[in-house]
Amino acid sequence: MSTTTTRDLAHPAPAKASPAKPRRGLRGSPTFNFWLFTGPFLIGLAIFVYAPILWSIWLSFFEARFTVTPDKFIGFENYTYMLTNDDFVGSLVTFTVFAAFIVPTTWALSLSLALLVNRLRFMRAFFRSVFFLPTACSYVAAALIWKMSIFSGVRFGLMNTVLAWFGIDNIAWLVDPNPPWYWLVIVTARLWLQSGFYMILFLAALQNIPGELYEAAAIDGAKPGWQTFRHITLPQLRATSTAVILLLLIAAYQAFDEFFNLLSKTTWGRPPLVELYYKALGESQDYGAGSAGAVILTVLICAVTLLQGKFMGFGRGDESK
Amino acid sequence: MSALSNSNWSRRSLFRAAAGMAAAGSLAACGGNNGRSGGAGSGVDLTQYFHAYGEPGTEQAIKKYAKAYDKANVTTQWITSADFESKLFATLLTKNAPDLFEFHPQIQMIKSGQVADLTDIIDPVKSDFNPADIKSHTVDGKIYGVRMIDDPQFFFYRKSMLEKAKVQVPTTLDELMEAAAKLTTGKVKGLYMGDDLHSVINPMIWSAGADTLNEKNEIAYHTPGVIEGIKKMRKLFTSGHLLLGAPTASWDPSSLNQGLCAIQFCGMWAMPGIQKALGDDWGVFPFPKTVDSGKQSVYNGGWSMFVNAKGKNVDAAKEYVKWLWIDQKQYQEDWATSYGFHIPPRTSIAQSATKLKSGNAAEGVRLFNEFGHFDNIGWTQAMITSLEDVFANSVRKDMDPEAALDKADAAVNRELKKLFG
Repeated sequence: MSTTTTRDLAHPAPAKASPAKPRRGLRGSPTFNFWLFTGPFLIGLAIFVYAPILWSIWLSFFEARFTVTPDKFIGFENYTYMLTNDDFVGSLVTFTVFAAFIVPTTWALSLSLALLVNRLRFMRAFFRSVFFLPTACSYVAAALIWKMSIFSGVRFGLMNTVLAWFGIDNIAWLVDPNPPWYWLVIVTARLWLQSGFYMILFLAALQNIPGELYEAAAIDGAKPGWQTFRHITLPQLRATSTAVILLLLIAAYQAFDEFFNLLSKTTWGRPPLVELYYKALGESQDYGAGSAGAVILTVLICAVTLLQGKFMGFGRGDESK
Repeated sequence: MSALSNSNWSRRSLFRAAAGMAAAGSLAACGGNNGRSGGAGSGVDLTQYFHAYGEPGTEQAIKKYAKAYDKANVTTQWITSADFESKLFATLLTKNAPDLFEFHPQIQMIKSGQVADLTDIIDPVKSDFNPADIKSHTVDGKIYGVRMIDDPQFFFYRKSMLEKAKVQVPTTLDELMEAAAKLTTGKVKGLYMGDDLHSVINPMIWSAGADTLNEKNEIAYHTPGVIEGIKKMRKLFTSGHLLLGAPTASWDPSSLNQGLCAIQFCGMWAMPGIQKALGDDWGVFPFPKTVDSGKQSVYNGGWSMFVNAKGKNVDAAKEYVKWLWIDQKQYQEDWATSYGFHIPPRTSIAQSATKLKSGNAAEGVRLFNEFGHFDNIGWTQAMITSLEDVFANSVRKDMDPEAALDKADAAVNRELKKLFG
């Protein structure tokens, strides 16, 4: 028996048991490494996320006009003002209308795109990239393209040019709220921008569905197409669908850029963040009222998200198995 | 063993490289045009904010003036118009606030201690300034800004189009509506006042014989004349004779120059551009009478230079303001007449500005003097927004004007109470 073999037998884990080169100080400590790598991010999070949130909550109880270091405590006056403000409450209605449009349409479109791309035998990567690319475009740039080129109100706007072929007069898509054509502009812009991203999520989920399920279903007589989709694909996508709907809803709450750029200085089509910007922050510089509105909105988003998670059973899948 | 371990990059050298890059980044930042770098002359650094003027050459002119000043290193931030107010207000709360900035006189900036008292530098030449400009910058006897330019705003029209349609220059709002109808053809709309109509809110109020606030700082816009005017504006908005969804805002004369409309509301600054595009085929007229008891009006807008009272170099900033906007008369005339046309607020410069003595420019000056209304320092941004909402709700969305004005009253009174008690 060789020496090596004997040593191996005597010491089954030599690398751990015989530190030929002892590690120095804290560099070997997992705790040190944890703080080394997460510390900077935690500091960033504390400074740029948690501190502003706490500051905002503090500001919401003060008369904070033209200053973020106020000294006049006014209790819940800012909250009362925001909750009795027609425009702020109206912005929540706007959000509801927007979410009712955008969440189901984006869900359906991104799922459809994922199903189409998933079925492709050739050029799948190409089409995946084509649909995903708009995600890289900024909301501001897209809003300007939609406003200046596609939905411009004059005769050389793309949509008005097409309408002119059919003898229809120019439409001021974004200027006149009656009829509310602006919804068409806003919803199409956001659909273009975000469907590709959610398509990728669905695509990943589709590729995780075991092929055996479809084979078994086929043996049992399930017809390919709608029947298979309804009874196998859709239930298998439940977790992803729930996550997508949750993300879409939060994104709808956070909508700002395209509304701000497409509908500048209107009193309609203002989601909560735009309303907060105009009414309380921005030019009016009422940081107290703005902060109160932001706190109300945060509480609302948390409540809706928790309720939605509970209703759709988000995260319950694994436990129930 | 990982590929990283195989390379010449040890963990230590990586940390060293990262530290070096961070240091290099800091040094590079020092060299940027951030207004805080090592300055010329006395070594004092000043930063000034300007909104982006549309006329070519304006940014270079402002930088040229700054460069000519040898007592401080003055850098300029040229900010896109739509972002200017929000960026200015947000930055004023921080340590990166500009030392000087242009804006309109508004009392809340004084009450909150954002702008410095400039009485001492203006007083010696006070009598040479337009008295209305001095009044609009004065609170409790102190003057808080130096007017740089006065900008009268009125309607510009294509003479040939009006002649062809046999339309006289309108003097009442009803005539303006009739003119817009007659001037609307297949490809040309009769009238353009901007999509949001914000530029004509104050002129319409003044032309209805009302005002924003009265001498006691009370609401003066809620009158039957204004309500009638809003109803007429609604009729105009839905008539199909108004250009809507134009590619450029009303402050840009492109819609008139490109033949998208026959009449456009704009400012005197646009005159050189319009002259270049249309030759002599254009004229100007004030906002017509809204109601019989009203009077034609012109909004005398403009921009003023303010000093950030909380800045690090208040005295140096005041010294620069005095040098440029009080002592350097040749720069003031250059700024007012070499790019867009503006009226110099200094009487001596206005009287000698040859470019404003003939043609439509002279007519603009006449309208400014005869029909002009100046900024009211008590009329703040929140109040401006309240009336913008009235126009959005009533003119564009068909809300009852009385109800919309009631809503504005509540917001304006809340603001007035906070400002004046």
